[in-house]
This record gives sequence, C-alpha cells and structure tokens, in this order.
Amino acid sequence: MNVAEKKPRIIQPDSLIGKRIQKMDAPEKASGRTRYIHDINLSGQLHGKILRSGRIHALIKSIDTSAAKALPGVHVVITAADIPDQRPIGVAKDHFPLKVGRVRSERDEIAAVAAESEEIAEAALKLIKVEYEDLPVIGNPEDAIKPGAPLIHPEPHGADGTHLHLKQGTSIAHKGKPDNIAMRFDYAHGDVVQGEAASDVVVEDTFKLHYVTHCCMGVSGMIAEFDASGNVLMYSNTQVPFLHKREFAEYLNIDPARIRIIQPPIGGGFGSKLDIYPFEVICLYLARAARRPVKMLFTREEEFLASPTRQPVLLTLRSGCKKDGTLTFRQVHTLHDNGAYTSWGATTPFVMMQTFSSLYRVPHCDYHTAAVYTNNPYAGSFRGYGNLQATFAIEQHMDMLAEKIGMDPLEFRIKNAQDAGEVTGQGMSFKSCGFKDCITTAATRSDFSRKFKENAANRNKPGNIRRGIGMASMLHVGGGAKIYPSDGCGTILKMDDFANVTLITGASEIGQGSETVLSQLVCEELGLPISAVTVVNNDTAITPWDVGVHASRTTFIAGNSAIGAAKKAKAKILAVAAKKYEAAESDLDLRGGFVIQAATGEAIVELSKLLRNLHFQDKAELVMTTFYYEPPSVHQDKGFKGDVSAAYAWGTQVVEVEVDTDTGFVKLVKVTGAHDVGRVLNRLGIEGQIEGGVVMGQGYAFTEDLMIENGVMKNPNFRDYKLVTAPEIPEMDIAFIESMDGEGPQGAKGVGEAPAICMAAAAANAIANATGTRMFELPFTPEKVYRALHGQTPKLYWKPWKAE
Amino acid sequence: MSLKHDIEFTLNGVKRRVAVDVTMNTLAMLRDVIGLTGTKYGCGEGECGACTIQVDGASLNSCLMFAVDCDGRNVTTIEGLANDGRADALLDAFVEHGAVQCGFCTPGMVMQADHVLHKHPRPDEACVKRGIEGNLCRCTGYKKIVDAIVAADGA
Repeated sequence: MNVAEKKPRIIQPDSLIGKRIQKMDAPEKASGRTRYIHDINLSGQLHGKILRSGRIHALIKSIDTSAAKALPGVHVVITAADIPDQRPIGVAKDHFPLKVGRVRSERDEIAAVAAESEEIAEAALKLIKVEYEDLPVIGNPEDAIKPGAPLIHPEPHGADGTHLHLKQGTSIAHKGKPDNIAMRFDYAHGDVVQGEAASDVVVEDTFKLHYVTHCCMGVSGMIAEFDASGNVLMYSNTQVPFLHKREFAEYLNIDPARIRIIQPPIGGGFGSKLDIYPFEVICLYLARAARRPVKMLFTREEEFLASPTRQPVLLTLRSGCKKDGTLTFRQVHTLHDNGAYTSWGATTPFVMMQTFSSLYRVPHCDYHTAAVYTNNPYAGSFRGYGNLQATFAIEQHMDMLAEKIGMDPLEFRIKNAQDAGEVTGQGMSFKSCGFKDCITTAATRSDFSRKFKENAANRNKPGNIRRGIGMASMLHVGGGAKIYPSDGCGTILKMDDFANVTLITGASEIGQGSETVLSQLVCEELGLPISAVTVVNNDTAITPWDVGVHASRTTFIAGNSAIGAAKKAKAKILAVAAKKYEAAESDLDLRGGFVIQAATGEAIVELSKLLRNLHFQDKAELVMTTFYYEPPSVHQDKGFKGDVSAAYAWGTQVVEVEVDTDTGFVKLVKVTGAHDVGRVLNRLGIEGQIEGGVVMGQGYAFTEDLMIENGVMKNPNFRDYKLVTAPEIPEMDIAFIESMDGEGPQGAKGVGEAPAICMAAAAANAIANATGTRMFELPFTPEKVYRALHGQTPKLYWKPWKAE
Repeated sequence: MSLKHDIEFTLNGVKRRVAVDVTMNTLAMLRDVIGLTGTKYGCGEGECGACTIQVDGASLNSCLMFAVDCDGRNVTTIEGLANDGRADALLDAFVEHGAVQCGFCTPGMVMQADHVLHKHPRPDEACVKRGIEGNLCRCTGYKKIVDAIVAADGA
C-alpha cells in the first residue's frame, strides 16, 4: 500500500491558488439537501409570531392579550409589560425589542405569541386588542431637523413616561433625546477655504440616494431553546456570533458562557445580519417563558417591513480643481435618514468619509453627517456600507470637473489617483495599490476614450436611442476594518491519521465561499488536495473567536489566521520527518500528500503514513495547532484618522448604456470591470462575487426602490420591489489586477463589497455621456430619466445642515 | 379548525397518500406534511421561484398550487430530480460553473432549468435567460447560472 517511499517518485509542484475551485458546499445546495434555518425543526418546538403596530407614530394606550391567551394551542403571549427587565438593543441603545408606551414606525413590535403552529400563532395575533393615540409623523429627514419638529425619542424615558417601572439608565431608550439627531460625524483634513481659494473651477450639487433593502432569498429566522439548566441554544443566521453571544446574554441577564450559537447555512447576508434585531430577542423571551424551543420565521412581507435597509442619504458636495486638473478640495454635508431607531446604517459615514478623503488625492477635505430620526424604516449595514452613496456623488463630480476644465475624464482621474506608498490625509496607508491599473485596464478593454467622444458627438443626431459610456472607481477596505479594538480571527487546525485536515475557524460562511478559500490556503501550505479539508465554522461552542463577517474581511483575516495555523502544523510535521529521516527541516517540504525533498521533489514518505506513525507510538503526538491573527491596522482616533485597514481594495467599472429618449428607458448594455483584488485565490468564486455585486449595483441604480411615504412602506413584495431578473443582466467583462499585497493571504485582499459600489455612479456618467443630462437622484427608472431629459426635474437643492 | 382532504399522487416516482388541509398550498404540504425541505419558501406569492416544482411535466410555483390539486398528478421536486440520476449533468454543471452561492434559490432554479432544457433542447443564452426570468437570485448575478444551464445541455 504505502510503497511510495521505496521507489524514487517525483512530485511535481502544483498550486490551487488562482484556479477555478468548486465551492465545497455547492453539491449539497444544488440538490436541495442543505438544511437552512427554515428546514430545521426541534422536537417540542413552538412557533413564534410578532404583532406589529401598523401605526407609524402613536402612543400605546392599552394592550389586551386575554383573548389571544385563551385560544387553544397558544402557550405564551408577551408584551413589554411581561418583560420588566427589557434592555435596549441597537447601535445607540435606543430600541426596546417590545415597544414600551410608544410606537415609532410601522414595523414596531407590540406583542408576540408562541403557539403549537404558525396558523394558531397568527390567529392569536388577530385577537390582541391595542388602543393607540396617533402622533404627528415625520416622514422625511429634512422635517426632522426643523425647529419645533415632533421628537421621536422625547424625554423622559423616550416619552414612555407611563412606564416608570423602567430602570433609569443612560441609554436613549431610557432617558430620551432632546432632538432628533441620532448621530453626527465630522471629519476634516487641510483647510477647505484655502482649497477653494486655490481652485479655478468649483462645482456644487445635491444628490439624493433612496431606500433599498437586502432581499435575501432566505427570510430571517431563529430557533431558541433553554435547557433544564438555563443554558441557551440558538440557531441563528447572525454574521457576528461571538459579539452577539455577549449581547444576547446581556438582554437575558445571564452569563455569556450559557449561550451557544449554531449558524446553519444562510440564505443570503449582504450585511443584513450584522446587528441584533427585535425578533431575535423576542424569540428568546418566548422560549424562556414557554420553556419550549421556539422557532420564528418571517414572511416575505415581514422581511421587507422589518429588515434593515440601505441608508437613504441627501448629500451636498462641493468640489474644486485647478485648470491643470489638480483636485483642490471637497466639502461634504450629508443628511442620513436614520429611521426610528439606530442600527449600523447610522455609522456608514465611517466608510463614506474614506472615499471623500482618500479615493483621489485631495489636499483639503471637510465632511459632516447628521443621521436623524424619522418614523421611517431604520437603516442597517448593506454591502458597500455608504460607499455606493459617496461614490455616486464623487464620480459624477469627477466627470463634471473634467468637463469644466476641458480635460479628458480618464486623464483627469489618473492625474489625481492614488499610488502605492501614499498616506492620505485621513491616515490611510496604501501599501499595495493597483488603482491606476484598474482605471487604464477598464478603459482599454471597453475602448472608453473613443466611445466617450463618439457618443458625445452623436447626441444630437436623429433617432431616439442614445448610447453612453461612463466610468467610476472605488476604494474600500480590503484588509479588515478595525472598528473594534481587535479585528482578529482564530483558527484551530487538526490532522487525522489519513492526513485529512479539520479546519475550525471563527469565520462565518454566508454563501460567499469562505470555506473553499480557507481550505485552499491551508492546502497550499500542507500540499494537500482540497478534498482533504473539512471546515467547521458554525458553532460558538467549538469555533475560536472572531469579530464577524463584515467589511470584506473574511478572506484576508480568517485567511491569514488559517495560514498561520497551517504553517505551525507544517513546521511540526517537517520536524518529525526531519528527525525520522535524518534530514534538515529546511531541505524538506510538503507536496501532493507527501513529505518531499524540497530541492528535487522526490517523495520521502506519504504524509498519512508519517502521521499514523506519529500517533501509534509510545510518545504519541497529535498535529493540532491554533493561531490567532490580528491585522496590523489601527483603531481610528476621535477625528476618524488612522490606518483602519491592513490593505485597501480598488476597482474601476465602465458602464455602457442605451437611453431611449422617447420613453426614458435605459438599457444596461455592458459592464467592464477591473478590480485590484491583491491576488485571485479562487477564480470561480471571485468571478461570482464580482458578477453578483455588479448586478446588485445594477438593481440599486435602475430598478430597486423601497417606496416609503410618510412612514408607510408601499411595496413590501417582489412584485413591486423590482429585483433584476436574468434577461436584464448586462454583458460583463471583468479583469483582475493582482497587486500582490504584502500582508494579504497569498497576496489577496478583500473583495466582497467592492463590485456593487461603482455601478450607480458609472451609470449616471454614462447617461450624461449619452444625453448631456445629469441624474442626481436614484434609481434611474424610465419615469425619472424621461422627466430629467425633458427638463421636468427641478434642480435638487439641500442647504447643508450646519454643525452647531 | 379546517377541513382535511385525502389525496393520492405520485411524488418523485412513488405513490403517496396524504391528508391535507383544503387551504394548504403544495409548498407547505411538501415541507411540513411530507418533510421534503429542498423546495424553498421565498415569498409565498409566486414572485421568486424558490419553490419551483414540476407537475405533470409543467414547472410551477408550489406556493401557488393548492395541495389538494396534486391529487392524481405526477409531482417532481428537487429531491426526485437529484435522486434519479436524470439531472446529474445539470447539477454537476451548476457546481462546476459556480452557479451556487448562498444556494437558497438553487433548488428552484435547477427545477426550472431542467424544465427549460426539456422544452428547449440546446437553448441559447437568451432562451435560458427568458426561461429562468421568474426565478430570483440575489447572489450570483445570474451569469454563472445561465452558463451552467447552457453547458449542461451541451454535456
């Protein structure tokens, strides 16, 4: 059997890096065998349902649950009154899971039921009687900051004054807020007054970005169970299991050690599972009260109503440059519609200001955001995290400034683009930077310059179809983001006596393909085929600590962590082999499942045999290693300065459109992308990420619009919320720029969010190239485009909100 | 609470007899009564295609079909397709071409693709795109799904 060591056998070098590696979980998923949270049922399980307010802004005068409690099959009905120790959730702790005294949006949770079946639970909800007293509604953020505007979280107790049993605390939910400003962000480098004085050309415009939502194909859900000792088992789709474990423990007032989170495969993430939402805490309350497992699943309508959204933004940008094309300054004011409560959406300025300050070289930059409370849906984190909004404004201004000084837009961008080695005003240090390569590659492959001139020249020719081409570029964190004091990830790696690896990682898989990429990286170190790796990544009782899936960080952070563990395993194996075969460790290597002579590739021993020998002896040892990777990035200071990521990702997308001037319909014809990804690890996986991101960006630009009127969601369904369908996708030509980041795993950088960022901005530039008309407001529906083309769109103007 | 009705039909090649609530849809019957969870709930109103099955050779959204209407019919779900080897080339193509990310839409997409390939052998890209336009996918941008379906027929 193991005769390889007897015969001289040369193992040829081989690498999995850059190859098209099939996703490890794809066969199970394609054949319908994968068990998502919806497919898991525990014996004795009850079904939970939530009663939502349906009112937009109102005081709760009374709640009568007696009829619901009396319905056969109903185990538990709870309201805020039943949970006197409720603690506020969310980024600003302004949000009780079950509402106390007041509802502030349509989706607000009033009561919850656990029953034998979903049908009984739904019937019980209908029996709950609630009396409200309606309050004035704030339906847009401009109204929220007018003097005398009704307060969304008035003092004291968020105006929940009738519930004085609430413990006093420092949170907004407890003490209220004297104004409607949820969060403010102010950033500056240089002096914009000086920058403006040095400018030959200045442009100022207001841009309006709309509500869109994640639309994960799998609706939200959770299963919670308390065991006889009070330990909690949660089946959850969270992207942040370890940090949330601690938070859930706080909400239940128990030791975090008692909480175990298992993450079944997830039906889409895109940032939507980055915060804790009321339904999760309510599901725990129900399970605690019922002493039975409780499963809670949203309907699709509920998924629309009660999921976080991308943050709608009103943004006024003032930019300047010199005649020679040198950028001089940027001044930015944004008004974020926070909705009724604060989730991660309020913190998108962290990312937005990076794009304003550092995508191009800008000597003077001044940035201000106010995120304000309204009675609208509240915004969370969503792939790109504010960068789509920021890029939409910046990249349109790049074209407009270039036009004003009569410079080619491509040349103008290259003149101001960042290079490797630069440290920006915000303190971001670009160690690897393929930005200029991205711009020129995308431009060359799409024949940008020729088409740009040709389209502009053809604008006034007869016919109703106008062709346009536009470009936009992006900068995004690509080596994690130190938004917490740590941005690390742990790995445990163990090998069995058949040379199979169990890779136990803190990184969560949310469909992006992290299992496969992490396995590739481990195989690269240990010279094994991908089939030798089993990944365990979904159980907080087993997996090591990690700060969650966000900020395009998993390949970079968890990848480096996996490599660290694999290198330690390799060192141990080579030490054992060196001793046994009387060779120097440095002369040995691992390849193709063998220990080999590094110089010649000659096989010395099959790795599985060596491991079995190691196990079956007097002084048996295991190859089992751990590694914790902490990236060399820094937590930003109070002025938002500091090198927040270990690496930065770059990309350029060129969009080609056909505008029908008779109907306003814009056809997306082609997208040419060039992305600096550091290095391609799994070509199949990265193409899928880019293509999916491009089409998500297409939806943002053209079809998706979550319509909110005075707090009422008008289209909570797929019929009226238009996701892009297969016939509408553009031709896609994607190139990868491999800048080989020195810190990245095998040179790679994060890419998860990047491809969605440029689309809307590039499309706006393409429409302008085709028609000469600028679009300042998303999405580019036929009606909006038609109105703009026919001069029926009033110029957007928002007077920047002044810092006090 | 409500009326039950006995039905008999062929599910994935095997005769079944089931008592179903008259208001129940086929999706709920498959998942909750029979226990086959490969067919997914995405919207419950025929807009997303995650629950696509085949009934007497037609593809349809199981959320829009009453369970009682399965009586006497021949129903195929993803489990039936995946088990009889008939669609191996299609499943392999989905895996090889990277057509699967989160995978939640995939079983419905595979059922629809199988139907498209039966109706239009050797389809071109445009035919495939048109054929799966009722199936939403949020992860992949559809390109690799289309590639997989076109390649599966050529295989």
